[in-house]
Amino acid sequence: MKVSIVQFPGTNCEYDTQYAFKELNCDTEIIWHEKTSIPADTDLLVIAGGFSYGDYLRSGAIARFSPVMGSVIEYANNGGKVLGICNGFQVLTEAGLLPGALKRNKHLHFISRHHNLKVATTENTFLQKCEKNAVLNIPIAHHDGNFFIDESGLKSLYDNDQVLLHYCDKNGTVSNPNGSVDSIAGITNIQKNVFGLMPHPERAMEALLGSDDGRKMLEGFLTA
Amino acid sequence: MKAIVNISLKAGVLDSQGKAVHHALDSLKFDGVEDVRVGKQIILRLSATDKTAAQAEVEKMCEELLANTVIEDYTVEIVA
Repeated sequence: MKVSIVQFPGTNCEYDTQYAFKELNCDTEIIWHEKTSIPADTDLLVIAGGFSYGDYLRSGAIARFSPVMGSVIEYANNGGKVLGICNGFQVLTEAGLLPGALKRNKHLHFISRHHNLKVATTENTFLQKCEKNAVLNIPIAHHDGNFFIDESGLKSLYDNDQVLLHYCDKNGTVSNPNGSVDSIAGITNIQKNVFGLMPHPERAMEALLGSDDGRKMLEGFLTA
Repeated sequence: MKAIVNISLKAGVLDSQGKAVHHALDSLKFDGVEDVRVGKQIILRLSATDKTAAQAEVEKMCEELLANTVIEDYTVEIVA
């Protein structure tokens, strides 16, 4: 399985992401944003976390027009699997590949800590190795993770089973760190080939470092 | 000519920065502030000479890049 990881100026999670997929025995390649194509043998395209272009204007707003994004959008529109983590999620919403937007956290702080997530659905590639309603311990690290979508957009997300993850406490009770609508931490597009989440599964690969719950999320892609 | 673009969160979208500023004004005893919205201003210097065309061009910039119309409203003012 070949995982290609997009790198913008300011991306800082590309090597963690590469490490995570190498642990899962994938071939990996980091794709500099000035490239106008992605490797033809790509099975999964990851937009990694960080601060693309300093997050100037809005997080992801400028990265969205990087040369590589034309082929990212084409890859997604042809049914290719795309995973956006943190800043990658912001880039995917700015690019219109995922609905909604990520606003400044409700209490205006940058939040960096482990947080629990509840699996809302497993009817998708990304979470198929997880169990519905399972609670996963995954780090979050963001300033603009406050997911917003209007009422009709939210209804459409639920109608189509596009809400993947909710923020919760260790018992699975709703616990919202950043003001996201309905405590949403991750979503997919309607075709279920583009996934975005604010938490960092690639930072939860080793029990020694606090949690290895990210492993089963990323493993979902290996059998697809 | 110059274009002044003002961007703010849409009505109904919670503006946490506005709320924080409002609290600060309250604690400084500035009574009578009913609401605070924090936005951003982008000032563009343009080579255009036609005001209507410039207005349309800057609105297009707002739609494509300067504003995220999922959460933000914008206004464009062309000044000489």
